[in-house]
This record gives sequence, C-alpha cells and structure tokens, in this order.
Amino acid sequence: MAKRNAPEVNAGSMADIAFLLLIFFLVTTTIETDAGINSKLPPIEDIPEDPPPRKEKNIFIVLVNQNEELLVEEERMELGNLRQAAIDFLDNGGGDCNYCQGRRDPASSDNPLKAVISLQNDRETEYGAYIAVQNELVAAFNFLRNREANRLFGTSFVQMEKNFNDSEYRGSKDKLEEDIKTIRDMFPLNLSEAEPKERE
Amino acid sequence: MSKFKKKKSGDLPAISTASLPDIVFMLLFFFMVATTMRDTTLMVKNELPFADQVEKLEKKDLVMYIYAGKPSERYQRQFGKEARVQLNDKFADVSEIKEFIISERESKREELQNLLTTSLKIDTETNMGIVADIKYELRKAEAYRVNYTTKKGSATQNMQ
Repeated sequence: MAKRNAPEVNAGSMADIAFLLLIFFLVTTTIETDAGINSKLPPIEDIPEDPPPRKEKNIFIVLVNQNEELLVEEERMELGNLRQAAIDFLDNGGGDCNYCQGRRDPASSDNPLKAVISLQNDRETEYGAYIAVQNELVAAFNFLRNREANRLFGTSFVQMEKNFNDSEYRGSKDKLEEDIKTIRDMFPLNLSEAEPKERE
Repeated sequence: MSKFKKKKSGDLPAISTASLPDIVFMLLFFFMVATTMRDTTLMVKNELPFADQVEKLEKKDLVMYIYAGKPSERYQRQFGKEARVQLNDKFADVSEIKEFIISERESKREELQNLLTTSLKIDTETNMGIVADIKYELRKAEAYRVNYTTKKGSATQNMQ
C-alpha cells in the first residue's frame, strides 16, 4: 500500500495576503476625532424692552475682529494673556465673595455669580480664532473650578466630571452629582455670545 | 588536509521570514480594530481647529454631525468656493438644518431624544457668519447641546 502524505500547504504567500489587507486598512483608516468643547446654546427668547441692568464692571467684553485680533476690555491683548485676564476678572470678588482669591478690586467684578463674559465677533472672523478664544475662556473657568474642587473635595473638577461619566466608577454618583453642582454654582459658566456684527 | 574545516566566510545565513506573517497580522488586527468607517463622505474641506479644554463625546449613537467648510476641490466648479454646510451625504442650505435635526431626533427612542448632542465639525478657515447662522438654526430646532469638535492641541495654533 502506498503511504500517502498529505501535501504541505505552502504558507509563504500568507504574508502577501496579510500585507494586502493591512495596506487596505491603513489607507481606509481615519481615526475619528470625537472630542471637543461642549457648549450649551441659549433658547431663543424675545428680547425684553429693557434688559435687567448689569453693572458695567461686571461685564468682561472680549472682541475678536476679522483680522483675528483681540480687544479685551477696550485694550488689545495677545491670546496667551487672555486666560489669566479672565481668571483675574472672575476671581476678583470686589463685592461679597468668601471663596475668591483675587485682588478685590472695586473696579472689577463683584463676585463670580454676577460676572459675565461677553464674547463678540465679526461675521468675517475665522472659526479657528473663535474656538481659540472660547478655549481660553473655558480654560479660565476650569482653572477656577478645579481650584475650588481641590479645596473642598480634594480632587479636580475635570476628574469629577470624568468619574461621573464613567460607568465603572465605584462610589456614590448622587454625591458626586451634588458636588459637581456645588462647584458649578460657585463659578457658573456665564458666557454670553452676541450675534456677529456685519462689517460696516 | 586540515582536521578542522574552515568555516565558509562571507555568507550570511538566511533570515527566517516565517514569523513575518505573524507580525503583519498583528498590525492588521490593530488597524482593523482601530478603524471606524466613515458613514458619510466628506465633501467639504474639514481641517478642524485645535483646543485643549476638550471633553470626549460619549455615546456615539446620540450624536448628530453637521459639517461646514469650503467645498472640496472636485466640487468647487459646481458649488463655488464659498463655505457651505454638509448634512449626511449632500450639501445643504442652512435653512435645512432644522428639518434635519427634527428627522434625526424622531429616529431615536423617545427617552433619548433630549440627550442628543450636535457635533459641529467646522473647518478652521470658515467665517463666523455661517457658524452663527448654523447656531441660530439649532436654537430654532431646540437642539441646545452642541460640541465644537476639535483636534487636541494648543489653541494658539489656530491664530497662525
């Protein structure tokens, strides 16, 4: 009887096949960006005849023009300085504010609850510049919220939010939600955006 | 006759390529897992701006995407160079956003409908005018939760 050996399969071309697939996936891959700045738009409301009076000193005006130049409180400013300026304004505590650590300058904001940052831009402003400014302002809020969260709860605000969204977080979510709300109430995100102006 | 054979010099032993498929497969699996197939074809230039205060978008099925930017080169002859909005697979007018949001919202289960987020993927060079129009339409459609989708990086890179 002839003894038959199963012929061995040549695996030499396996690498070629795998390469082919690899190159296909390399080319089609777009690693999706799925992160960004969260924001909440205000509902459309009828503008009241005379809006509630806000003191001039409680408003921090940031203007971005079509040449990507910043005008903060009527003075030109570089983007790099905006974060600190916003922090100083929010944290000033000229009025009654027992957790502010600012200069308590009576000419700047009373307390973070009353302080409003107003962001204005032209229709010709580039979106990139707008995002850069938005980013710096959010950074200012995050800085202050982190500071207070560290002081009160021993962890940063960003970490608290991350834990809150994490389904594997072990600990009381109700407590966490309450803590987050406490911090949010201390530094509410008072960021007002005006409709872009037409260039005249 | 020497007792010890001289070793052949100069000849390199052949490198075994038997493990090459393994390495390639490993890479292949990595890319297969990391790939997310785009469900829409981009018809606009979409160079996202940079930001570092970002939050991750959770729950991908609760996200609606709106793209805006200049039309890509091959559509420029037809649609011009002015920045435009893209919804799903086609160019759209700003006024169509409201309808788009409402139809997207209706396709989701009722208890999830107010958790929807709109992801704005807008090109860096777009003017704020069209962005403001988009935001106004979103407010009309009562889609208040937005996410300005960005790349991770320092925001100063946007100002160049």
